[in-house]
Amino acid sequence: MSTATLERKPLTKKELAADHPTWCPGCGDFSVLALYFKLIEKRGIWHEKITTVAGIGCSSRFPYFVQAHGAHFIHGRALPFASGISLSRPDLHVCVFGGDGDAFSIGGNHFSHTARKNIKMTYVVMDNWVYGLTKKQTSPTSPIGFKSKTDAWGALDQPINPIKQAIAAGATFVARTTHTNPNHVLQMMEAAMDHDGFSFIQCLSECVEFYEGAFDASNPRKGGSFNLVPPDHDVTDEGAAYKIAGEPFPGKFGIIYKSTRPTKNANEAKINSDAQAKMKGLKDWQILQKNFDRLK
Amino acid sequence: MSEASSSTSLTPRETGPASKVREAVIRIAGNSQDGIQAIGGFLARLAGRSEQEVMTFMTIPSTISGGPSIFQVRIGSGEVLSAGDDADVLLAFYQHSYDSHIGFLKKGGIVLYDTGHVVANPDRETEYRHVGVPISGLTIESIGGTAKDKGKNIFSLGLIARMYDLDAPKLERLILERFAGKDTSIATTALTAFHAGYGFQIDNILQTFQFVESEKKDGQQVVTNGNEALTFGLIAAGVRFGAGYPITPWSDIMESLRRELPKYGGTFVQCEDELAAVSMAIGGSYAGRVSVTGSSGPGISLKTEAIGWAVMAEMPLVVVDVQRGGPSTGMPTNVEQSDLNIACFGGHGDSPRVVIAPANVEDCFYTAIEAVNIARKYSVPVILLTDQAIASRIEAFKMPDLEKVVQDISPDFTPRIDHKPYDLSAADGVTRHLAPGTRVESGKYPVVTGLEHDELGHPTGSPVLHTKMIAKRRKKLQTLAAELPVPKVFGAPEGNVLLVGWGSSQGPLREAVEQARAAGDSVSSLHIRHLNPLPNGLEKIFDGFNHVFVVELNDEGLYGYGQLAGLLRARYADARIGGINKADGLTWKVREILQQVKDKTAAR
Repeated sequence: MSTATLERKPLTKKELAADHPTWCPGCGDFSVLALYFKLIEKRGIWHEKITTVAGIGCSSRFPYFVQAHGAHFIHGRALPFASGISLSRPDLHVCVFGGDGDAFSIGGNHFSHTARKNIKMTYVVMDNWVYGLTKKQTSPTSPIGFKSKTDAWGALDQPINPIKQAIAAGATFVARTTHTNPNHVLQMMEAAMDHDGFSFIQCLSECVEFYEGAFDASNPRKGGSFNLVPPDHDVTDEGAAYKIAGEPFPGKFGIIYKSTRPTKNANEAKINSDAQAKMKGLKDWQILQKNFDRLK
Repeated sequence: MSEASSSTSLTPRETGPASKVREAVIRIAGNSQDGIQAIGGFLARLAGRSEQEVMTFMTIPSTISGGPSIFQVRIGSGEVLSAGDDADVLLAFYQHSYDSHIGFLKKGGIVLYDTGHVVANPDRETEYRHVGVPISGLTIESIGGTAKDKGKNIFSLGLIARMYDLDAPKLERLILERFAGKDTSIATTALTAFHAGYGFQIDNILQTFQFVESEKKDGQQVVTNGNEALTFGLIAAGVRFGAGYPITPWSDIMESLRRELPKYGGTFVQCEDELAAVSMAIGGSYAGRVSVTGSSGPGISLKTEAIGWAVMAEMPLVVVDVQRGGPSTGMPTNVEQSDLNIACFGGHGDSPRVVIAPANVEDCFYTAIEAVNIARKYSVPVILLTDQAIASRIEAFKMPDLEKVVQDISPDFTPRIDHKPYDLSAADGVTRHLAPGTRVESGKYPVVTGLEHDELGHPTGSPVLHTKMIAKRRKKLQTLAAELPVPKVFGAPEGNVLLVGWGSSQGPLREAVEQARAAGDSVSSLHIRHLNPLPNGLEKIFDGFNHVFVVELNDEGLYGYGQLAGLLRARYADARIGGINKADGLTWKVREILQQVKDKTAAR
């Protein structure tokens, strides 16, 4: 660490806030943004080391609100985009933000494969159970019976259980939190950041415009109950984690599943160091020359 | 080698009255599992080592195993521009090979056939010289087994080597190199089969041939196919990250990159789908170093949305499209040049990007480097349009000077005082992105985005900014166009007919020009490598000719001309521009081009 770096003070909200969020007043996403700033401040991460990535949706506007390197990619593909950064830049911790449509509908395939490949990054899905940006269509997590513009008589289809899906796909860190409990959100973010692998947080984040009160049952201030994952839960026990994930709403909050498995980043790095050791310090052109010599 | 030679050895060839030839076209017809590509590969490599020119052509069934397959190799002591319309020699393993391909022989050509599988057609025997050889039988006799799928290719290589008085010791070395590292008994068996074929005294039945001495080439020759040349070009250009999804005929490139990149500290990822592949490659580019993705027709359709993002965000990227027969799943193992429109215009909105196409195998190497450098210089996605024919054909070319060519494109993380990724006042109008990890002293950091944006990358709905940013993305490609070299006419710079081509058909077009001029017809050709943007000044070239025909392997379309012709007509509004098209999944025969020239000029 150079002296210049030592002199730098941890960034605060003042330096980190960029555009004023386009979210509606009262939106749960504000709390996630505020806690992301807190996380950066607490961890003393410098501007240039922050990489915020998102796809499309209300919550995916996230990168514009953070004064740091960021990318706002296309709908559903934030994870592979972030994987490209993560796999070529071991010095960065990539944070991806998105919503339930981006993650589990249009981007569903990438969610499973990024999890199974265990590519190092943190993925926070702000799940509001509704399509907000396009104004109230059914989302893959909308409960049966939810009346939307595309299901006027109430949603018919079985909603996705993101936690179960993450575990089944092979995610190595799976946590659940809610925007109404800021301390808990921060705790989960910190734990996710510390995890060496693909860390997934489902954060319930209320859409006050199109699904008001969706999560009241999990909010003590609205007469609901916020229950933590029991302290004796073995987070490495897939079966037990499944059981918790299957509990009816409001269910439990906290780290539900966690396991240790080499990341793709580490596996690829190993392949590279082995391959490069065999090259014995040859320059790039000399390595390629060996290939061309074969073609003579 | 010594161990192999101890069991069998070369029977010295009687130096009989061999006739001298400048070139030979040999078509080998069998099934896909017979290893006929290996025969062609050995012949091509030998030609390269003997300073000869070579070009190959193959068809493969799009099945996993089995199905008729051919490999044609044209070797010449002079210039070889195409794989040849007709063959001098047909080697037929089966009845279907004989029946389907005997018509491709030149008048008086030679058919070598396996008497174990083929019954000659008496009507054909008067037309072509028939030589029956018990290929399967003699292979089994020499190496045992069943010769069902092993050995007879190498036996046949021996036959051809004797027939053309090829350098047998050089071929032996190639065989040993090919099987090096494997179980030594495999190499020994291969050599035994080769010796058995070479030992078959075909010179007793048939007049043999000898190539005339070829012109000396300057420097070492290498022999490879387009996909491999392109892969090595990407590596030479400094590409160290890429992502893809398997699809024929692109898969070879991703397989080689997957295998090779770790040696350079790079990574290639096989993704869950095409959408992930292009997105991951764009992420790699954003992380600081131009990355690559690629596919063939259907996969390119899937990638178009993300390519549009790269245009909007002005993110460099190289997308390889190895074109095959379309639309939809089409003809996966056949050639077509029908992706030009999607390459230039695929996706919604006004999204200018760069499209370039290599002209031959050697050019695949250099075009890959050029693609990377254009992507970097103009911060734009570049689509590198090759095709199945160039991907799989083998050619010999001069060894590149790798020490000079190989470049380092590591990202620059030098802190900046201030930075605007989409600076409208930048002199050249080109975006220069900062890779994450780069400090900006002002504390204002860039966002890259697919939304219309202001200079810092933040969203805007401003009509003024949208107009300016659209112009910015267009103008930089107009700047590129002005820098592009104007292609040179092959043949006379003025005359009656100008044939315009792109991609893999450069060779056949030039051969057509040579044949036409030899027959006294005024025909020239022009090859366009930069397809979007087009170089400036083509209209001056067109002005020198009465007819301009764009020769393309795609359909003549609703209005009578193909995809490049459509672009040229749109740009130049020149009614002389017409099309010579075919979409049968095969490469051009010179004869087909000349026939259409004749028909179309007569009809005008």
